[in-house]
Amino acid sequence: MGFVYALIAAGLSLIFGLMEIVNFAHGEFLMVAMYAAFFAWALGKLDPLLSLPLVAVLLAALGWAVYHGIIRWVLSGPMLAQIFATFGLAILLRSAAQFVFGVDFRTVNEPWLAGRVALGPVFVGVPQLAASVTALAAFLGLYVFLSRSETGLALQATAQDRQAASLMGIDTQRMFALGWAIGSACVGVAGGLLAMFFYIFPDVGSAFALLAYVTVALGGFGNVPATLAAGILVGLVEALGGLVLTPALKYSVVFALYLAVVLWRPQGLFGRF
Amino acid sequence: MIRAIPVGLLLGALVFPAVFTLPFPRHVMIMIFLYGALASAWNIIAGYCGQISLGQAVFFGIGAYTSSILFRELGLTPWVGLIAGAMLAVIVSQIVGYPVFRLRGHYFAIATIAVGEIVQALIVNWDAIGGARGVFIPIKRPDSLVNFQFHQSKAFYYYIALALLLLALAVTRGVARSRLGYYLRAIREDQDAAAALGVNVTREKLRAFAISAALTAMGGTFYAQYLLFIDPESVFPLSLSILICLVAVLGGVGTLWGPVLGAAVLVPLQEGTRIMLGGTGKALDLLIYGALIILVAVVQPGGLMAFFARARTAGSAR
Repeated sequence: MGFVYALIAAGLSLIFGLMEIVNFAHGEFLMVAMYAAFFAWALGKLDPLLSLPLVAVLLAALGWAVYHGIIRWVLSGPMLAQIFATFGLAILLRSAAQFVFGVDFRTVNEPWLAGRVALGPVFVGVPQLAASVTALAAFLGLYVFLSRSETGLALQATAQDRQAASLMGIDTQRMFALGWAIGSACVGVAGGLLAMFFYIFPDVGSAFALLAYVTVALGGFGNVPATLAAGILVGLVEALGGLVLTPALKYSVVFALYLAVVLWRPQGLFGRF
Repeated sequence: MIRAIPVGLLLGALVFPAVFTLPFPRHVMIMIFLYGALASAWNIIAGYCGQISLGQAVFFGIGAYTSSILFRELGLTPWVGLIAGAMLAVIVSQIVGYPVFRLRGHYFAIATIAVGEIVQALIVNWDAIGGARGVFIPIKRPDSLVNFQFHQSKAFYYYIALALLLLALAVTRGVARSRLGYYLRAIREDQDAAAALGVNVTREKLRAFAISAALTAMGGTFYAQYLLFIDPESVFPLSLSILICLVAVLGGVGTLWGPVLGAAVLVPLQEGTRIMLGGTGKALDLLIYGALIILVAVVQPGGLMAFFARARTAGSAR
């Protein structure tokens, strides 16, 4: 689960690093991705693993559209406007899903991958394992893209200094839109993977989104590799917290960890100001 | 002319129950007063001081639970519970606030969400106070002011809610005009500059947080006595914290009347769509609501009050 958390959080972190906006609708993006994967399976008989690229592209389009439709207009506004623009979007998407799909829980029945395998002393579900591996691969892909390709470097330059970047001939508007597209594609991949073994319902995003904010803040906003470490940490703490205490308190343990870390290092574990 | 509006509104609010005797319009008004008061309380810490707290439900829940538990276990009148809840909320606000106020911006907002989630999970798992099953407030007859229960008519609840709103507005006005108000606005505009000029940033933030927490807890007690049933899902959720903020944001952050205006627009919209479209499980009311918020954030981040301000300056320019 840690890898999936990390992938969700990476999208959030990328967007934040680029333009200092927390996308509070991130969880709802995840929900949209899961529904997309579900309908690809229900209508097109496509296994979530196969429809993954489609879902990613769809979510990238969504991110791009959201940037141009909403975010561009609040970019220069106060922080409160930015927070509430994305909060409003979250409520809109969630209730739209409820309106269109109803509140019933849905699952993808009979996915390709099922059952479990023994990894040493622990049993791991095959879908979960596949999700972890794919999420890790996607994460590495993202990292290589950001640190090696010209566009990735342009993105990083924009994140560091908008004005300097635009002086160097980088179209910052395009970079912002691209950041939203990539960040949303990450959550698209994560959603597609989760659809294999998790219930799908309009509210599904909120729990994951909360964990994603914590993960991002834990690793340090805008620092993509640190997000991976934080994601794994959150996954581990969640599992251990559920094991040691009651499962009902497992998220509390994660949040408490977050508070402790942030109070000790306000910039996150690996962040810089 | 502009000064006459609040007086007119108050008079209108006072005679409202005499004109509208049906429960539903009264209920809508009560909810407007309650959310207006809660949003005003949030406005003190977020609007004037710029600290965007997304954990107001913690105080609301503390107010609701404190009075309800004291009433159920000790038979203590909810009025004492109201004060006790407010005091407890103040204490919690200081314990939480002291470390959390070191954080800024988004980190602060997310930390308050985390606090809210932790508190909610703890209450859900605390069996002595009902856990996830919640608390039924014992019903006492006949109606009495001492027991804070009125089953015959909503009129008493109406006036109590109105009083709560007036209290919140008076406190906001008092804060805004006091030395504290200037400190808070200085912190909002530039924390470092305020600190450099000798403002004890943490202490002023904590004061604002305490005031905000106490008022929110009072709203919680009122809510518990109005519905006579509370559970962690209804008084501690993140969605309540956000709703409180949204009311204020819609109306206009950092203004005296903004939260009331926001409540006056949003609550009827919510209750109306709930009555007309609710029960279908289709959440159309929230759909409209989300769209509205995006619209406000994009078109006019100052909220509805900003339109009035613009109209007023345009009027005086003429």
